[in-house]
Amino acid sequence: MIPTQFAYVAPTSVEEALAALAEHGDEAKILAGGQSLLPVLRMRLNAPEVVIDIGKIDSLREIRDEGDTISIGAMATYAQILGDAGIRDSLSLLHKAITEVADPQIRHRGTLGGALVHADPAGDCGAPTLALEADLVIQGPGGERTVAATEFFEDLFTTAVGEDEILTAIRFRKHDGWGSHYEKFVRVAHQWPIVSVAASVKVEGGTISEARLGLVNMGSTALRATATEQALVGQPATEDGVRAACDLAAEGTNPPSDLNGDAAYRSHLATVLTRRAVLKAAGSS
Amino acid sequence: MTRIELKVDGATVSDDVEPRMLLVQYLREKLGKTGTVIGCDTSNCGACTVHLDGRSVKSCNVLAVQADGAEVTTIEGLATDGELHPVQAAFHECHALQCGFCTPGMIMQSVDLLKDNPNPSEAEIRVGIEGNLCRCTGYHNIVKAVQTAAGQKTEA
Repeated sequence: MIPTQFAYVAPTSVEEALAALAEHGDEAKILAGGQSLLPVLRMRLNAPEVVIDIGKIDSLREIRDEGDTISIGAMATYAQILGDAGIRDSLSLLHKAITEVADPQIRHRGTLGGALVHADPAGDCGAPTLALEADLVIQGPGGERTVAATEFFEDLFTTAVGEDEILTAIRFRKHDGWGSHYEKFVRVAHQWPIVSVAASVKVEGGTISEARLGLVNMGSTALRATATEQALVGQPATEDGVRAACDLAAEGTNPPSDLNGDAAYRSHLATVLTRRAVLKAAGSS
Repeated sequence: MTRIELKVDGATVSDDVEPRMLLVQYLREKLGKTGTVIGCDTSNCGACTVHLDGRSVKSCNVLAVQADGAEVTTIEGLATDGELHPVQAAFHECHALQCGFCTPGMIMQSVDLLKDNPNPSEAEIRVGIEGNLCRCTGYHNIVKAVQTAAGQKTEA
């Protein structure tokens, strides 16, 4: 299908983009990499009057090593992120999750910022962003503000980014010394996860000292498995040691039921996949 | 209408297009490059894969206006001086197609894969073409063709 007609603007700076947003308000839609938005437009699930293409704002594509943190421009593509050695070494969880996003063609165009603002609870990027406790940098008419990942995802396809604002960067604290694993359960290649688990785990002398876990497709947003995170602390990093904590993974979630599985099935998957992810993460540190 | 200028298969083209026009529509309907096909129209099948500034993309998932200033290579721009590209020749040699509908995209993705990884394992080939669906071959001869294009020996 073909999208409905829209006007097109392609600003070359964030200021110009914000001005266009201010002018067109809720009739405008930001186009990042377009790998989720174009299918939405083609299927006419959304019909904006104005599309603001931020693909020509080069500054939004920068990946910067800032010492203790790495700042990823909202328009950095998956392929760009996968090619970054600093991210592979210090944010291995993000690297591993992004290798699982869709397929190579989509990873050449799609952007981390676009995926996070799209906020599909079945997307691969929300869970590692939560588990790595990223900060999201948002720019609006009043200037810049920073929102913690835990406050960013508000509901299905809804984030803290206001109608007159743009996500400009995602800032991650380096996780050197943490083990990581992204465990994705999917029925066929290059699809959205039925459930997946992003695990970042710190092990000291065979005992888990800290754990951060993100869940995909277990509710209307990506979620942290906080009960499991707390229960893992002090446990030996063994199958028997983590079992009871991982059995809590679905606590406080509200998983959907669809053709791929009902809520009870997803809750079961969450406990199994969490156990696998935690053990693999512990083994990789 | 928005004015765009880009390079397609080596030639500079420029046109006024509706912003909603997809790159694949532009290639087929404005430029007559029907070698690039529309398969699923949902960004799943990869039949419409072309190279945009040297990287494979699904041209049903890119607006023509987003390709302004870019360089596009389609299946029609792969051969040089009437000589098939090595990946095209390998697909022919290995009988890597039956109905042929997925072939343009499959070849464009395979070229991209080999550019990144000139000597891929069988598993890497299968993952590398995961965004391209073939409903005839079972992928077997396609994988063989990619191996052959990479100069690897394959079982008969």
